[in-house]
Amino acid sequence: MRYHSPASFEDAAGIAASATGTTRFLAGGTDVLVQLRSDLVEPDDLIDIKKIPGVKDITQRADGGWDLGVAVAGAEMTETPALMADWPGLVEGMDLIGSTQVQGRATLVGNLCNASPAGDGVPAMITAGVTLSVTGPDGTREVAVEDVPAGPGKTTLTKGEVVSGVHIPARGAHGGDAYLRFIPRTEMDIAVVGCAVNLRLDGDTVVEARVALGAVAPTARLVPDAAAAIIGTTLDDAALEALAAAASAACQPIDDKRGTIEFRTDVAGVLAKRAAKIAYGRAKGNAA
Amino acid sequence: MALDGKTSDYKQIGTTPDRPDGLDKVTGRARYGADIHVPGMLHGVVVRSPHAHARIVKIDATKALALKGVKAVITRADFPEGLEGEDWDIQENCMAGEKALYDGHAVAAVAATSQLIARDAAKLVEVTYEVLPCVTNVDEAMKEGAPVIRDGAADYSVPEGLHPNVVRYFDTGRGDLDKGFAEADLVVEKSYSTEAVHQGYIEPHACMGQMGSDGRGEMWVCTQGHWFIRRMSAAVLGIETTKLRVTPSEIGGGFGGKTTVFMEPLSLALSKKAGGKPVKIVMSRSEVLRSTGPTASASMDIKMGMTKDGKITAAHGTFRMQGGAFPGAPVDVTTMLAFANYDIENVHHIGYDVITNRPRQAAYRAPGAPMAAFAVESTIDDMARELGIDPIEIRLRNAVKDGTRSTFGPKFGPVGLVESLEAAKAHANYSAPLGPNQGRGVASGYWMNWGGETSASVAISEDGSVTVSVGTPDIGGSRASMALMAAEAFGIAYEDVRVNISDTGALGVNEPTHGSRATYASGLATIKAAEECIGKLCQRAADKWGIDVDAVVWEDGAAKPSGPNAGDHDPLTIGEIAAEMGGTGGPISGHYEGSPTGFSGSFGTHVVDVEIDPETGHTTVLRYLVVQDAGKAIHPDYVEGQFQGGAAQGIGWALNEEYIYGEDGRLQNPIFLDYRIPVASDLPMIDTVIVEVPNPGHPYGVRGVGETGITPPLPALANAIRSATGLRMTGLPMTPPKILKALKEQGNG
Amino acid sequence: MSKIHVTTTVNGDEAEFLCEPRETLLDCLRDKLHMTGAKEGCGTGDCGACSVTVDGRLVCSCLMLGVEAEGKEITTIEGMAEGDTLHPLQRKFIEHAALQCGVCTPGILVASKALLEKNPDPSEEELRYWLAGNLCRCTGYDKIIRAVMDAAAEMRGEAA
Repeated sequence: MRYHSPASFEDAAGIAASATGTTRFLAGGTDVLVQLRSDLVEPDDLIDIKKIPGVKDITQRADGGWDLGVAVAGAEMTETPALMADWPGLVEGMDLIGSTQVQGRATLVGNLCNASPAGDGVPAMITAGVTLSVTGPDGTREVAVEDVPAGPGKTTLTKGEVVSGVHIPARGAHGGDAYLRFIPRTEMDIAVVGCAVNLRLDGDTVVEARVALGAVAPTARLVPDAAAAIIGTTLDDAALEALAAAASAACQPIDDKRGTIEFRTDVAGVLAKRAAKIAYGRAKGNAA
Repeated sequence: MALDGKTSDYKQIGTTPDRPDGLDKVTGRARYGADIHVPGMLHGVVVRSPHAHARIVKIDATKALALKGVKAVITRADFPEGLEGEDWDIQENCMAGEKALYDGHAVAAVAATSQLIARDAAKLVEVTYEVLPCVTNVDEAMKEGAPVIRDGAADYSVPEGLHPNVVRYFDTGRGDLDKGFAEADLVVEKSYSTEAVHQGYIEPHACMGQMGSDGRGEMWVCTQGHWFIRRMSAAVLGIETTKLRVTPSEIGGGFGGKTTVFMEPLSLALSKKAGGKPVKIVMSRSEVLRSTGPTASASMDIKMGMTKDGKITAAHGTFRMQGGAFPGAPVDVTTMLAFANYDIENVHHIGYDVITNRPRQAAYRAPGAPMAAFAVESTIDDMARELGIDPIEIRLRNAVKDGTRSTFGPKFGPVGLVESLEAAKAHANYSAPLGPNQGRGVASGYWMNWGGETSASVAISEDGSVTVSVGTPDIGGSRASMALMAAEAFGIAYEDVRVNISDTGALGVNEPTHGSRATYASGLATIKAAEECIGKLCQRAADKWGIDVDAVVWEDGAAKPSGPNAGDHDPLTIGEIAAEMGGTGGPISGHYEGSPTGFSGSFGTHVVDVEIDPETGHTTVLRYLVVQDAGKAIHPDYVEGQFQGGAAQGIGWALNEEYIYGEDGRLQNPIFLDYRIPVASDLPMIDTVIVEVPNPGHPYGVRGVGETGITPPLPALANAIRSATGLRMTGLPMTPPKILKALKEQGNG
Repeated sequence: MSKIHVTTTVNGDEAEFLCEPRETLLDCLRDKLHMTGAKEGCGTGDCGACSVTVDGRLVCSCLMLGVEAEGKEITTIEGMAEGDTLHPLQRKFIEHAALQCGVCTPGILVASKALLEKNPDPSEEELRYWLAGNLCRCTGYDKIIRAVMDAAAEMRGEAA
């Protein structure tokens, strides 16, 4: 294994583009090192991007949105109160990944590019409308988070491409988001089901909403039908039931060691309701 | 110097001083198995079968041996042939012969100059397999047509007509079942199952073995019992036992799983082949989960009869258990202890020990008891509900006590089941209010404890301080307990006693720290050896005073004249006698060796409150109470620690821990991510009550306390879930998907 | 295979080692610097026995490469006591019998210290969640939680 620590994303992309074997980018390493230790993947080239300037920066833009460096760890996000206040669901999705120790290293981009269907960081990034800068041999392009996962362990990024920036939209008024996942214990498990809801209110009425599910399909996915079920409502019981039904209907899960098809389908609906209520409360300005 | 039967006025027993190894363990200095480094050391890595059942056609190590830094590769061909019985089983489990019998079975091992080279070399060992059909489920393995794992493994006990995978059969009982069931007003029959779980010690197995061409060897190893390691390693290698000296490291948990050998003989064989260089082998977590432990899994049928006032009239249990690819599932213990809490006239047990394509089971905390407790205590809970009797009351009506003839034969002496039930009933947790979706469960459990081969020495130092040498590795603070017992016996300060865990070269044979025996047996040995020292100390004083030793008593760390003819002499302290001992007859030490039989079992009762999320099936443990009989708690903090640890492990077994095998017989969850042991946020504080019904077979009344605590949680959790939801969960673990499914069926039904 | 020279600081002292890129920080601490206080319980970041801090941040040293330690400040259990004076957490762990086998203890102490530096007055729930990545199989966590809460109270100057 060759270890590289380039000083720019262009250099990182260049190394990756010219590599002939297995390549991995190293930021937090909490997936890469597990794969290495388990003899699942031993990269021929490991490209550590943490020496690139700016990768640990958290910056609020003039428009109120946020730019995150790609090596910002979960703990650094939870230690940024203004980011937490704007996007509590997005931050708590990240915060649910692994232990306190893992939070000291793990990153949103790593969680996304590991491309597990169950990544806790991904659904709320999707519902928040996060976009990424992707630098490749031909320059830098912008891509929506939901367009990155292609299936378990696969992304749509091409050879030589590396994520170089994370852009979170401005929160804006009367909005709220939430992410919930189900695990058998209280911590340390991979999500059996995850659900993020982001919505905006006009008075008591939901006027915009995005709902995303994790661990119930080959990739985390947006569920427009679930969003439609609550748009135009005050999140009354009928709307919540419609939301749950739409969330469950969108599930295409598998039976595995972590959960059954039936369980995942049922609980997706339950979590959608619970997350929507939290997001609604946040949009109304209620605490937590 | 009459210490036997002493029951009160203790100065040391029952206090809670700092443990002597505490400082090393909070500073990172304590040396565990993997912490050893010696000059010239090689690193060993084991090559393991990825198949659950496969004929080993060929092993080609050419490429591995060609790698620079590789010093030796071994396969089964490097071990002697002709072993029999359990020795063969151990050898076969350490290194597969003709067939790999489970996913993770060792097939070769490599030694190299670094861990990385050894790992690379292990990947270069080319093994050609012919994959065979496999079976991992106990009920499936008994069915006609199931793959035969090893023909001829069954012993004389197995009746004709059973599948060759049934290797032992048990049929015990007494009384008249028909009569008993005829007398019952309520008869309940139900089937239960439990999955295999792993001991889950945080320290993976680690050892360093060194053996020269003369066949003499040394080993450093994390183990519960280094004499066991010595005997088993010698057997596997076909050498005399005394050619090996084994030194135990500090041990990072065992719970029964570190009482046998896995890669220890391989390190010695690699060392010998590599010219006598020491070889260290440290398992990865996935090796630990795939290849060591776990416990047996069980499939059980229970039938019990009761009168309407809750008296058990008859009980019948059938227990089918698999313990991996070798005989040894603890069916004997399961059948023995299934109904042991209760006074039952008519009782019968049937047991089947079945082999499957899983790793060879190892002892795990009260091996065999928790499965049966799950089935029996769940059945009793259902019967109590049906009869409208409080769950503690129904147990009190049937509880064994001093003089009760046990369901496995002998009569009980003084035991603490009734006391534990009464203490549980009186505890605030038993009357705490419950909210919606909350429920309370009660269960009792038992472990019979053990004495075992024990050898210990006590030596007086020149300044009167005392060194105790025992052979039972300290897993949970036992050096503190030994020091307290020695200090009590001598009447000296706790700080004036040092306890060493001796290697196999320094004492006679000691069984491991297992069977809840260390504080009982090594403690008894320490006290007896101290008494021998005290006798010698008194003799030295008598000689000095010119009186008969019968006129000398030992009190508060000093010899004193006693009786009408003793004369008037100032007391001689242990320090004063010790200071002169070189000139008064030489060193003073005491020794004990024996297999003490005065052990007595420990009963416990647990009360747990849970809340079930009706929409997800998730169980939250709200409150937990452990009440258990310690006989006499030597160091109460570490007694509580055993109670709490046992409860936590039982909670894991009940709710989330399990071995998950695919159709291909591969273990699907060989990492802590998916082998879900309880984390700190899963558990509440675990309340404890120590009941003390002294054991007359120990000078201070000690009962072992280590094992009982894992037995009640399985049924207590099931009973609490029943209380919260009305659901009787009959299969462990009671995971959210299973509970949610049952809730839905309940709603539909 | 070519090795990389790493210069780092461990418990305030400069340390150097040569490592292959695929060796973890834990491997380097244990096998090259012979600091064996951090343990490998899982190698996958699930047990916390290898906890150390890097530039003040709590991490699993099994999930970090040795080469990433270049220029960093690392603290381990070996650096927790000041000379022969134990940190209050270490003292309270002994006093409360918060360890049985003790193999998880270094990781739990390092993790607890990191918490108390960030939050001197954690609730029991905050503490339990903070320590969720530190597995203990012996104690059921009860006495560990009590020891950390007691140490925190002492460090805040409150009577125990």
